[in-house]
Amino acid sequence: MTAPTLPASTMELAPTVQYVLRLGDDALVLAQRLGEWSAKAPELEEDVALTNIALDLLGQARALLSYAGRLEDAGRDEDALAFLRDERDWVNVQLVEQPGGDFADTIARQLFFSAYQYELYGRLVDSADETLAAVAAKAVKEVAYHRDHAARWVVRLGDGTEISHARMQAGLERMWPYVGELFDSDELERGLAGQRIAVDSAKLRAPWRHFVDEVVAEATLSITEGLWTAPGGGRRGIHTESFGYLLAEMQHLHRSHPGGRW
Amino acid sequence: MSTELTVDEVRELAAAVVDPEIPVLTIEDLGVLRSVDRGTDGRVVVTITPTYSGCPAMDVITADIRGTLSAHGAEDVEVRTVLAPAWTTDWMSEQGKRKLVEYGIAPPGERRSSGGPVLIELAPRCPRCGSGRTRLVSRFGSTACKSIYSCQECLEPFDHFKAI
Repeated sequence: MTAPTLPASTMELAPTVQYVLRLGDDALVLAQRLGEWSAKAPELEEDVALTNIALDLLGQARALLSYAGRLEDAGRDEDALAFLRDERDWVNVQLVEQPGGDFADTIARQLFFSAYQYELYGRLVDSADETLAAVAAKAVKEVAYHRDHAARWVVRLGDGTEISHARMQAGLERMWPYVGELFDSDELERGLAGQRIAVDSAKLRAPWRHFVDEVVAEATLSITEGLWTAPGGGRRGIHTESFGYLLAEMQHLHRSHPGGRW
Repeated sequence: MSTELTVDEVRELAAAVVDPEIPVLTIEDLGVLRSVDRGTDGRVVVTITPTYSGCPAMDVITADIRGTLSAHGAEDVEVRTVLAPAWTTDWMSEQGKRKLVEYGIAPPGERRSSGGPVLIELAPRCPRCGSGRTRLVSRFGSTACKSIYSCQECLEPFDHFKAI
């Protein structure tokens, strides 16, 4: 009897496949986190807003994971990649997996991540890879709206009451340690950037910071320098404590009922 | 053997498929139907593009195109989804915009560049009474493509199709 062939570990895949998975995993994990607000947001309009943003991200993730599967050419489709990979094979940044139980935490995560995605997709539209360029051209319009939504909330809460100000400031500080990883480009990414396929994320830091600083200042908040920095490692499959629980919830149904359909 | 439909006949049938979320608009009105051609292998290819990346209507639209064509004897048709060039509300026909107003949805206006940190929305006119005194209630609505306004004149809430 032959043992079944296990799918390759993400870190063994071709660079382009890994890069597409990084973008897709970021979008899917954040979509899952935002979906947690469904029926629980502070007001009905916000419930609709956060789940609409989640839907955009889910759409981006589907396009990216399907493309990664086609590039890998080993028979894995978007569902296999979303539901049948274990924790160490996910290559999203740790920021998107952080729990957003407090609304201000969620909004801080949205500001930091949507501003990053906006800079990234805005440059990826010129990728030599036609599929990535097409996904980016579509997504950048959506992400501009997400970024605007987050910025408005940061200003409203920061420049609001004493309590909303304190909680928004705490939200920024809760998420800030995970920001560094967004711009921590590695050899794989720089190699693909050299071929004009990828964008070197280190180059996004300055324009990103410019935008975030403007919003934070308008909100009468501040970025506290000297906070600790998370060690990172999401792009190498290293994740924080809550990520396994997120995957368990997201993957459970598919794994319990393989091939199940509505 | 099924009756062979010409490319023009297929185009006419596909163009009449309606959006499941906004059934007064056809996919042609919306600009979702991009082209109908005969591929190199002789099959007819219907090409559509999503309004938003996560638009759940795409699966229904694909199934409806297949259903309509197959009811007219065209089984061997490919429905292809493309992302580029990215859909824009500029592709919505004038007829589509008129139908939206009649349906109670304010049509998309001019697109603006998204340069600044905070965008100022130009208020759309109320599709019921035509007043310009309208107020944004929520930037996100019942579907990805809409936001919610209310009219200060007739006091009715209404959907606005976002310009992207």
